[in-house]
Amino acid sequence: MKPDSPFLDLETAPRVAVSIDGAPLELPEGANLAAALLAAGVTVFRHTPVSGAPRGPFCMMGACFDCLVDIDGFTRQACMIEVSQGLRIIRPRDLGADDVDA
Amino acid sequence: MSTHDLIVIGAGPAGMATASKAADLGLTVAVLDEQPRAGGQVYRDVDRVAALRGDILGADYTQGATLTAGLHHQAIEHVPGATVWAIEDGFRVSYTRAGRGAQIAADRILLATGALERPMPLPGWTLPGVMTAGAGQILLKQSGVLAKSAALVGCGPLLYLIAAQMVRAGTPPVAMIETQTRSDLIEAARHVGGALRGWPYMLKGLKMLAEITRAKVPRYPGATEIRIEGTDTAEAVSFVHRGRAHRIACRTVFLHHGVVPNTQAARSLGVSHRWHAGQSCFAPRLDVWGQSDVTGVFIAGDGAGIGGAKAAELAGRLAALKVAEESGRLSTDERDRQAAPLRSAHARELAARPFLDRAYPPFAGALAPEDATVICRCEEVTAGDIRGHARLGCLGPNQAKAFSRAGMGPCQGRYCGLTVTSLLAAANGTSHDETGYYRIRPPLKPVTLGELATLEHSAPDTAE
Ligand SMILES: Cc1cc2nc3c(=O)[nH]c(=O)nc-3n(C[C@H](O)[C@H](O)[C@H](O)COP(=O)(O)OP(=O)(O)OC[C@H]3O[C@@H](n4cnc5c(N)ncnc54)[C@H](O)[C@@H]3O)c2cc1C
Ligand code: FES
Repeated sequence: MKPDSPFLDLETAPRVAVSIDGAPLELPEGANLAAALLAAGVTVFRHTPVSGAPRGPFCMMGACFDCLVDIDGFTRQACMIEVSQGLRIIRPRDLGADDVDA
Repeated sequence: MSTHDLIVIGAGPAGMATASKAADLGLTVAVLDEQPRAGGQVYRDVDRVAALRGDILGADYTQGATLTAGLHHQAIEHVPGATVWAIEDGFRVSYTRAGRGAQIAADRILLATGALERPMPLPGWTLPGVMTAGAGQILLKQSGVLAKSAALVGCGPLLYLIAAQMVRAGTPPVAMIETQTRSDLIEAARHVGGALRGWPYMLKGLKMLAEITRAKVPRYPGATEIRIEGTDTAEAVSFVHRGRAHRIACRTVFLHHGVVPNTQAARSLGVSHRWHAGQSCFAPRLDVWGQSDVTGVFIAGDGAGIGGAKAAELAGRLAALKVAEESGRLSTDERDRQAAPLRSAHARELAARPFLDRAYPPFAGALAPEDATVICRCEEVTAGDIRGHARLGCLGPNQAKAFSRAGMGPCQGRYCGLTVTSLLAAANGTSHDETGYYRIRPPLKPVTLGELATLEHSAPDTAE
């Protein structure tokens, strides 16, 4: 079931299959990953290691690092990645801002 | 071992205008930008998006296509998706693209890395669902993703712009919680004498305000005591307006109280910066061509001081003239002849700024946040922590890092640096210049060992 998203999506690109925390999800191919996840109703992207506080995208321009997720084993900024078929996205609980790979 | 005559970092209006002017004057130019397509923040993705959403975004957006077209020049190598993480003397630029590292070199470099949203630390600003207004605009521009129930908080032309765009898109904001006061506007008109010069901008602003008012968006100017409520995501904004407490339910909050120069790359090169009191931010020290006190390093656009998209473009062309003259492609007479009309147009663009800066000053409650408010998002340091460091004798931001790790996360102080400087300056009774700013060292963006291992000296096709 798709959670009720706070966002409306005008994008009409064909969807491709990805997974988030092991669950299947369809996102528009080539879309900005952070935008596509927000539109799909994903609001919390990670929890901070210091206090466990939830975080989601803040700047959408690669500057704040709050959109960090794990993709195929690497920590990445979701707002700097485009959606492609088969992305495996994980939201680990204690993903520290210091753990970023690129 | 130069690969190009000039390396431009940033493909916004400043970078694009510099590159095409320099190429027209016979220079070989590389343009690096971490975004997948040219345009910068203001014209983000314009070539793809103008046809899809040009009506919502307006002519001020779609005109950017003229600049992106200028990049299609045989002397310009545009490298999109290239994140620059180091610039070393000489100048050797290291960047990552699609998981691989690469380096290029030139004797001259132009930084056109634009602006960042001014940090707006309010209680609750780290909650998911709270974003910058610029982020809201990026979602709309690049992705066609619209917030269904957003409160806009702060002040300034960009806040009205996104509100008007949301109205046009059929998803008007639930409220505009505005921080400027009536006396700010009166002061601006009286003291700057710029109300007249700012008139074209005022007209644009009034047109946007009319759109917002027609859509019956509630406005609360002069709001204070603003906090964002919620547990896992933003649920409401509470504030005081004309002595009465309000609480407005929403699912998204867009914050904005101005933009400030993104000085990371310039600082890493040792360019000196000075506090700009009128714009409440640091800006690099530059000559009339945009040349910094580090030989060969030019800066144009909002990274040089906030002037807006048109001024960025003009400053880019001016810098290109100087670079061409230094490289022997242009006599000083010819340089000056071409510069004259650009210079007066640039001065006209900047004339409205002092008025706008005074009419929409940063929100005092976010410049001096309450003790419990997180100011460093990466390391979760609070305003109270920084004030505590000052009591223990901490004088500057670099010392503060040692006390609390403030500014040591991957954002490298982009969203806490100005706050830390201001808090320490206020607590110690020192000026912003005396207090200083974080020392910025490469890598400017995190880089993996894998990317380092693939570092190759690229052999661009455009090099002679
Ligand atoms: C989020 C945001 C949205 C904005 N929207 C508008 C708007 O709609 N209308 C308006 O009039 N003004 C807007 N502004 C104000 C804006 O700063 C200027 O109007 C204009 O974009 C400035 O142009 P510029 O060329 O100086 O920089 P920008 O247009 O910001 O371009 C800078 C470019 O540098 C690139 N860059 C930065 N660092 C690196 C790096 N390390 N490696 C590689 N590339 C890098 C960025 O990806 C970016 O494309 C916005 C500002 C922000 C921050
Ligand atoms: S949302 Fe800020 S880096 Fe991605």
